Formats: sequence, C-alpha cells, structure tokens
Amino acid sequence: MATLDIKLKKANKVYREGELVKGAICVDAGKSEIAHQGITLVMEGSVNLQLSAKSVGLFEAFYSSLKPLQLINYSLDIAKPGKLPSGRTEIPFEIPLKAKGNKELYETYHGVFVNIQYSLKVDMKRPLLAKDLQKTCEFIVEYSDKDKAEKAKPKPVQFTISPETLTNVKEKQNVPKFKVKGKLESAVLCITKPLKGELMVEQCDTQIKSIEIQLVRVETCGCAEGYAKDATEIQNIQIADGDVCRGISIPIFMIFPRLFTCPTLSTNNFKVDFEINIVIVFQDNHLVTENFPIKLTRF
Amino acid sequence: MATYEWQPLQRNYDLESQRKSLVTEAALSHPLQSITVTDVKADKRGTQAKKKAEDVKKSSSFIDPLSSLGPLASSFEGSDPLSKIASQGIDQAPRGTRTKSEDGLDETFEPWSAKKAGILTKYTTSEKLSITTSFLSSADKEKMVIKSHASTTVTDKVRNRLEQLDDFEEGSVQEMLNLSQQDYVKRIEELNQQLITAWENDQRVKALKIVIQSAKLLSDVSVIQFYPSKFVLVTDILDTFGRLVYDRLKEKAVYIPAGSGVARSLPDNFTPDMVSEGAKETCRNWFFKIASIRELIPRFYVEVAILKCYSFLNVGEYNDALQRLADMIRGIGDPLVAIYARCYLSRVGILVAPQTKDHLMPCFDDFLTTYSQVHSDTVQNTLAVQKMEMPRYLTLFSPALDWLLQCLANKSSEKTLMEVLQKSKKHCNSALLLNSIISAFKPEFVAVRAVQFTDMIKECEDTGFPKHYLYRTLGLCLVMADPPEDQQLTVLNEVWKTVMKLKNPADYIGCSEIWIEYVVKHFGKKEVNKILADIIKHMTPDRAFEDFYPQLQSVVTKILAHIHDFSVLFSIDKFLPFIDMFQKESVKVEVCKNIMEVFVKHQVEPTNDPVIINATMFVCKTMHDSVNALTLDDERKMISNLIAGFIRNISFGRDFERQLSFYVECRSSFSNLDQVLVQLIQNVNDLSMETRRVVKGNHSRKTGNFVRACAAYCFITIPSIQSSVAQLQLYLLSGQCALLNQCYSQKIPKTLQVDGKTRSTEPILVEHIYNFLSTLLIVPDNPDAGVLYLLRGLLNILQNYLWETQTDYKVLVYTRVLALLSAMSQDSYLYHADRVDSNDSMYGSDPKFLNELKSMCSTLVEEVLSYLKTLAQSELYKRQSLVSLELFQTIVCHGDIREPSLFSLATKLWGLAQKHGELDTKIMVRCLNGVKSKAAASTIREYTELASKLSLESRT
Repeated sequence: MATLDIKLKKANKVYREGELVKGAICVDAGKSEIAHQGITLVMEGSVNLQLSAKSVGLFEAFYSSLKPLQLINYSLDIAKPGKLPSGRTEIPFEIPLKAKGNKELYETYHGVFVNIQYSLKVDMKRPLLAKDLQKTCEFIVEYSDKDKAEKAKPKPVQFTISPETLTNVKEKQNVPKFKVKGKLESAVLCITKPLKGELMVEQCDTQIKSIEIQLVRVETCGCAEGYAKDATEIQNIQIADGDVCRGISIPIFMIFPRLFTCPTLSTNNFKVDFEINIVIVFQDNHLVTENFPIKLTRF
Repeated sequence: MATYEWQPLQRNYDLESQRKSLVTEAALSHPLQSITVTDVKADKRGTQAKKKAEDVKKSSSFIDPLSSLGPLASSFEGSDPLSKIASQGIDQAPRGTRTKSEDGLDETFEPWSAKKAGILTKYTTSEKLSITTSFLSSADKEKMVIKSHASTTVTDKVRNRLEQLDDFEEGSVQEMLNLSQQDYVKRIEELNQQLITAWENDQRVKALKIVIQSAKLLSDVSVIQFYPSKFVLVTDILDTFGRLVYDRLKEKAVYIPAGSGVARSLPDNFTPDMVSEGAKETCRNWFFKIASIRELIPRFYVEVAILKCYSFLNVGEYNDALQRLADMIRGIGDPLVAIYARCYLSRVGILVAPQTKDHLMPCFDDFLTTYSQVHSDTVQNTLAVQKMEMPRYLTLFSPALDWLLQCLANKSSEKTLMEVLQKSKKHCNSALLLNSIISAFKPEFVAVRAVQFTDMIKECEDTGFPKHYLYRTLGLCLVMADPPEDQQLTVLNEVWKTVMKLKNPADYIGCSEIWIEYVVKHFGKKEVNKILADIIKHMTPDRAFEDFYPQLQSVVTKILAHIHDFSVLFSIDKFLPFIDMFQKESVKVEVCKNIMEVFVKHQVEPTNDPVIINATMFVCKTMHDSVNALTLDDERKMISNLIAGFIRNISFGRDFERQLSFYVECRSSFSNLDQVLVQLIQNVNDLSMETRRVVKGNHSRKTGNFVRACAAYCFITIPSIQSSVAQLQLYLLSGQCALLNQCYSQKIPKTLQVDGKTRSTEPILVEHIYNFLSTLLIVPDNPDAGVLYLLRGLLNILQNYLWETQTDYKVLVYTRVLALLSAMSQDSYLYHADRVDSNDSMYGSDPKFLNELKSMCSTLVEEVLSYLKTLAQSELYKRQSLVSLELFQTIVCHGDIREPSLFSLATKLWGLAQKHGELDTKIMVRCLNGVKSKAAASTIREYTELASKLSLESRT
C-alpha cells in the first residue's frame, strides 16, 4: 500500500512571512513501483468565519456562513505523470510564504467562530482502479519581527474584589463579606510569556472552594446583516484549591496555549480579543467573577 | 596350615633415633620469599592483581604470611571469591559515599526509598477507601455489567448502556467505593502497570490521563490517616511517569557531535544545545499540555514529576521552575495536602538539582505562615467527621515535614539551623515542628544546644503533638552526638523530670529506652542505677512490663553496649531486678544470651570476682534451664558455647581446690548440655596437668589426692555425656592425664566397656584404638588381673565387635597390636610416663612374660592369615593385597626376619600382595626400596637376602 507524506524541515512548523517553507514529499511505494498521473502541492491559507447560532439565529447561521477569506493560495506540480520506483522516494520542495495580492498574513488561530489556518496539501492522481492519494499538513504562521506589530509593555493592573465592587448583585446582604486584593503584572502581554500576577485573600467569612483563572476569547464577525460577538472559554486554570490561608499571596500563573491564542487581532471583517476572568468559588458554589480585558502581542 | 612363630625384633631405640635425626643446616633464605614467582603469575591474571602484587613488591622483603595484608593474602586476591566480594564491598562503600557527596548530599542524608517503607507501615487504616478513575480493571467492569442486569427499570438500563458505551469510548470517570486498604494498594499498583503498558503502546494521552487521575487522588483527604501512605503510593506512579517521559525524550534527542556526521545518543551530562530541535519541541509540548491541566493539584504534581525534562530546554530553568512551583503550593488550602506537595517538590528537587536550594526556605516559610490553617474550620470539620484527635492528625505531618527539613538541613550551616529555629519560634512554637527540626538537623548541631532545646521543648505550645515524642527524638540526637560536658547533667535532669511524670507506660518506656543510652554513655553506675530503678517502678504496676519486652530488651542491649566491665555492671543494684522483669521464658533467655555474648566477648581476662560469678551463674542457669527436648540444635549449640565461654573465663588462679569445686557446681547446674560437660572435663584435666606442672611432677600427698579427685571427677562425669564418640575421646584423654599424674588405680578398665557400645563410624573408632594402643604400652599391669589384662580385654571386645564387612579395620588393628606387642617385648620401652613404672621395669624382660607376648603374637598372625584366606575372591583381591602388604610391612619393621618362618612368611605375603596385580606398582616399589634401605642400614644380613628375594612383577 503506497503512502504519501509531507515532511517539513522545521520541527515546530512555525514560519514567518517571507520565509521559505522547506520540506519534502515522501512517497512510500511499497514493494512494487507505482504509476501516477502527476503530483501537485498546494499551499493554502484562509480565514474561516462562522456566525454563532446564538447571535444571528439558527437558520442564518447555517446558510449565511461567510465566505472564507483566502490569504494565500499557491499550487505547483511536483512531478509529471510517470512512475515512481519501489521503496521510499523523497521529493524536496520549497515555497516562499507570501500573502496573496495585497492581503496580510494573520497568525494561525484556532477558535470557535474564527479560524485562521495554513496548510500544505499534496495530491497524487492515480490511474483507474487506484485511489488518489492525498495528504494535508498544517503549518503555523507567526508575525515576523520586522512587522509593525505592537510590543508588549508593562501595564500593571491592581484590583480589589469585595461585595462592593460587584455590579450585578441585587441582594447585597446575601453576599458574604470578603476582600480579595491582587494585581496582574501587565494587561498587555507577550503571547509567549506566561500571565503572571498574584492575589491575596485578605478576608472571607465563608469558606472558599476554589479560585480559578479563566481565559476567554471574544470573537467578532462582521457581515452584511451586522456583526456577531461571542465570548467563549479557552481554558480554566485553578490557582487555589480549598479554603486557602488568609493573607498569603497566591501566584497567578498561566501559560497561553498555542494555536488557541494569537495576538489580539482586529480587521475589517472580524476581530479576536482575549479576556481574563478571576473566578472565586465559595463553598456553597456561589461564585464571584472579575473580568480583565487583555491585549496579546507577539513580541 | 603352618603356625608361624613370632619373634619380635630387638631394637635399640636410642640408636635408631640417632640415625634418623637429620643433620641440621643453617637456613639462609626464607622459603616464602619466592614472592616474585607469584608476581609473574599475578601479572598475567589482570591489572588489579598486578597492582596489588606491585604493592607487595614495593613493601618490605618479608611480611608475615598469616597477616591478611601479607603477600599470600594478596596473591590469593584474584582467586578467592569470598575475599573478592569482601574487597569489592569495601571498595564500593567509600565510593558510594563519595559520589553522594559530589551530588551535594550529606552522608547522613536518608534517601526517600528508606523512608517509604516506614511510612507505608506506619500509616494504615481499616477504613474503606475510594478511587476515582476511568481506568478500571476488567474485572470491575464485569461487575458493573452484572449490576446493570440486575437493575429493572427501563431508564436504568438505558443509562447503564450509555455508560458502558462511554466506557468503550474512553472510559468515563467512575468512583470505586468500599475498597479495603489492600485493595487500594492493589489498584494503585494496577494503575502503575496500566501506565507503563499504555506508554509502551504509544498511548501517550491515556498515560497522561492515568497520571492526572492518580495525582488527583492526592487532593482527597477523606481517609486522612492513610494520606501519607497514599502519597507514597501515588508519587510512585508519578515517578514512573517522569522517568518514562525523560527516557523517551532522551532517546529521541539524538545529537550529531561536531565533526562527525553520525547521530549519537545523548551523554548523561548533556547540555540543552546538544538536544535536537525535534526533541525540544516534544518536550515543550509536554509542558504546554501540563500547563493546561485545569486542577491545581494534578497540574502541580505532574509538572514536578517531569521536572527533570527541563534539562532539555534551558540550563537555568530548574531554579525558576522550583521557585514558581513552591509558590504555587500556597494555593493549596488543606495544610496536610500542602505539606506533602512541598515534600514532593523538595524530593524531586534534590534529585534533579541538588545544588538548588532557593525554593526550600520559602517552602518552609510558607509552611510556617500557613500553619494556622491546622486550626481552620475546614480541617476541624474533616477531623470531626473522621473522629480523629488533633495529636494523631499532627503526627501525619511528620514524614513530610521531616523530609522538607532534611533537605533544608542538607549541607547547610549552623546559621541555617539558627534561622529555622528563630523562625519557628516566632511563628508557631509548635511541638510538631520542633520534633522535625531536631530529627532533621545534624545531631552535632542539636547536641551543642542541648539545653536550649530542652528549654524550647518545655516552652513550646502543646497543640496536641505529644511531647514525649520530642524527648525521644532529642534523646536520639544526643545519643548520636555528645552534648558539651557542662550541659550533660542539666539536660538529663530537665528531661528526666518530665519523663518521670509520664503516666502512660508506652510513652514512658519509649522515652527511657532512648535516654538510657545517653545515661550509660555519659554517667556512672549511680545514675544508671537510678534510671533502672525508675523504669522498674514505672513498669511494675499492672505488670505493664509484659507489653514492653522489646523495649526493655533494647534497654539491656544499650547498657551492655557501653558497660563492658561486668564487675561494674553487676554492682548496679537494680540490674538483676531489672532482668527479673522479663518473665516470659523466651524473652528472658534471649536477654540472658545477650548478656553472655557480651560477657564472652569483652571479658578478656579470667576473673574470680564472686559477684560476677554468682550473677553470671544465675544468667547461665536461666539459659540452661530453657533447653529442653524441643530446643533446636543450633540454639542448644549457641547456649552451650556461651556457657562454655563463661566457664573458661572463670579462674581462681592458684586456688585449685576452689576451681574444682566451681567445676563441680557447674556440673550440677549444666548437666543437660554435652558440650558444657566436655568443656568441664577438659578444664579439669587441664587443672590436674596444671597441678602437675606446679609441683613439677612430684606430687605430695595433698596434690596427689587432689589430682585423684580430678580424675574421679572426670570418670564420674564422662558417662553422663550422650555422644559416645566424645565419651571415648574424653576417656582416653582423661586416662592419659591420670596416668601422667600417677593415679592408675581409678581408670582405664571402664574404657573397655565403652568400646563395645560404640557403633559409630569405624575410622574414628580405629583412630581411637590406635591412640589407645600406644597408651597401653606404658600402662603397667594390674597385679591382681594377670598379664596384659587390658590388652586381652580389648582384643576380646574387638573379636566380638561387629565390624562392617566392607572394611578391613579389624585386621589393621591386629597388625597394630602386633606392633605394640613387639614394642612391649623390648628391654626398655620407647617412652615412659614420668614416675610410672611400666611393664618393662615391672617384669624386667621376664622370659615368661616374653613368651606370653610371643604366643599372643602368633595367635594374631594366625588370625590375620585366616582372614586373608576369606578374602580370596576375585572381587576382594585388592583388599587382600592391601592387608597382606600391611602385614608384610609389620613383619619387616617389627618382626625378626632372622627367624626362618617369619622370613618365609614375609616372602609369601609379598607374593600374595603382588599376585593379582591390584596394587599400585609405585607402592610396591616404594616398599621394596624401604626394605633395601633397611638392609643397607642394618647389620642383619637377612634384610639383604629378603630384598633380593622380592621381585617386582611388572604389571600387564
């Protein structure tokens, strides 16, 4: 059974605009030689937008999915129709990474309503009675430093959470007395550095069950009918478990997951923002949340 | 058949011995000096031996070969497997410590593996446990299926089926309840196995899931007294995981050394820049994956587990990671969970980066700060639910805290100790903490501040952690390192004041067991006595001592380890009463054995101190009385040895009478043990010989009587020995001894009777008879019993004795008797016992006596010859030849071959010996040469004739 594979030179598959994507197409023909009607390699990059059912209604979400935005689309023939010998054959290739037309290459991002993906696809056409072979390989695009990208700069955020700071509580007397103080080292963060900070439970009448840091993405898609904005959770990291000691500073520490985060992005058609929630869960499962918008940068 | 007249050869022993003696020559070279030869050999054998041999060469020209360092020992070095192992052991021991200190660990650093077992046995539970996991063993799944069949309602069925589907998908999380501790341990073990299998099958995600779920178990404090054990079990899984990940990465991270194009696996001390990009990426992926684990505790534990993998990424990563992880623990609310998390962090930290210490002090500070959590509502509620008291809860902290402090104390200065002390004093002067501090830091540190520590113990708040543990720990420290002299008494007084007041016997004995060693080490018998008295006082009510035999035993052992002077030991008034507390027979005997062992080992000089004798006698009696029919042989041997050792060590010097009466007493006390009796008889014989030496062979009436008493003692004692071989030997020995002391009236007749009884192995018996025969030579006849009464008696018994048919011992003995008789017919015997008139002077070569001997000889010769005839069967030829040769030699040596009949007999025997060609020609040649040399030396020309007549038949 013949197999087809794409091998990239870089182990981490991360490329920047202008770089050469180098690699090789590996064909394992098995024991006998293999006949084919041409091998083509396609490099694709696109932004896929989707409307959430919640904001525009089920019907529209289904039908009026927005047209994907093509950022890059190259196709090249790797081999003319012919035969490949038995065993392994490696066909090297290199393709410059360059945006199509006057488009801009965004960073790879896997979200719910917004997806920015880059891939290499190899196709081997085969004569009758043999299945065509196909293989797709995703690679990752990051901004290159010569870009005008914004640099992260320290912008510390001090915060205090107490019953008084809560905004959407109707009956304040039901809320236990508590006071949590803390700070985030910066609200503008480099995506490769962890989110750092600390918080301290100064006082709390009831027992605490857990304190968590929630990373939230806010995706906005614009379209003819208007725009849709949705916030979904990326990950939730517990930083305190159980009734923690009062007056001790608990570190806030979170690494931004790759692929699921990208530098904060804002274009004509869509926007990707990130937020941090600090969630304090009390013994009776009531919870208090404090929201902090953050800005992610590549550098 | 012709009768052969035996004619003994007349011999002049003096002349013979003169001839036989060699010319002396001065020795110029030492025979053992040919070491160089060994060297050559050793060189070939291997480098190690070579080195050793060179050492020997370098050292002085001659070394005592018996000392183990001598040339012989070293030349054996390579060949003797035992010494090889021993030397390896010696080699390795220092090497091991050296590498350890290179790692930055103290020699006293107790590794985790050593602690593990202790924790597992200490923290157990009978409560039911539960496991939450999706990786159930198949047996459990089946159980669930059966359960689902039993459920009747439709919804139940549907739900169950759905659940099962989930199971097949990826295994839903299920909780297993009601597990006993064994089951639990088994399950964890299973998880460990599953982890390894999953890993081997390339199911990394499953492996990670197993690990995360295992780590999650550590956040559960529902069966709190089991928590430390659970920690040990679960961290084992984590360690496995860490190892798997690390090994896989290392395997993957091949690198290409500069200048060669071949990929090579990483050396052990690789640097991050040698690691390939692919491996680094995989490693980063692991950390990314783990960083996204939602829950705090699993995230913490799993990251710590693969901490070692940071070495693939960055050099300085450890330090940062350890500090960050240490901070992370602050988020853990439960103090017990938190301290164990710290313990795990320091445990892994000291393994991967022993030099990194920056995280330890903050860890400790955090512990101090959060210590108040112990009194928080959450903890109190948990304790109330599980009905656990505070003191027991606090002891759960000890293993982790001990470990943390041990890491902190490792290679640290006194300053660190002071810092720790001050901090703990300031924050929470808790007994728990103090206990761990004392046990973690170097005993020398603690010892120097002994008084300070006692004060602190006194002052520290009693949060429920039992204080006697503290005293115990402090005691252990002070035993290991001596406090300054001026503090010794103060410390003891302070401590003992409190210890004395302990009501619970278990607590009390726990402390005193430790402290007794301190007292014994630093103080005299007065203090020891006092403590012993106090222990007795505490242990006696309600027969409390019955429950604490092991502790009491260890008290005795510790005393014995330091007091070797038994006169001091037994002069401690309370020592024997203390021994009396051991009322269980087996324990008491054990203690007695202990005492005696020490006595035998350390009592170098014989003593006659009545106190020692009385006390040891008492101890020995106890041991002796414990021996019964069911006692094992080894046990019996051991006790016998100990008692024999005691007997050997008692000496009254010149007061022989007292010595004898002591032996009499011993005999009556230890009548059950053969070995002891043997020892006693040997000693008494020794005693009588000693007496002889003192009077220089001239016994006065008094000494004569005494010696006779000794002999009587022996002959009375011997029959009570069970082993007949021992009996025989002792008879002979005592007989010879008595003979030397000129008291023949009492002895040998009895020997004869014994002979008949013997059915033991014949070689021993034959040896014995030979020995006996040579003794008989000098035994004068009893005037009342006729000529050679003893010899005749012996011959009669030999005649009637049932010999084994396979051997010729009987005839061999006869040939020896022939030799004896020949010796007896000499004018003057070969040797004499001093002052004993043997038969030579008694009979003065009386012809009648000589004739008697001759006739006996002739009978014997006939006996032998007739025996030879019975051997005339083809399969017995070899024996026949041997016997005939034996007789031939006897004739040549002891018979007078001038007598024609003997001459012809000799030639015939020679012929017979050769007849069947069964004998080694070499023996025959040697024999012939013997005759020839005799012919050359002697004036008797018949020898020459005989020699010429003997022909060698070449073997076909």
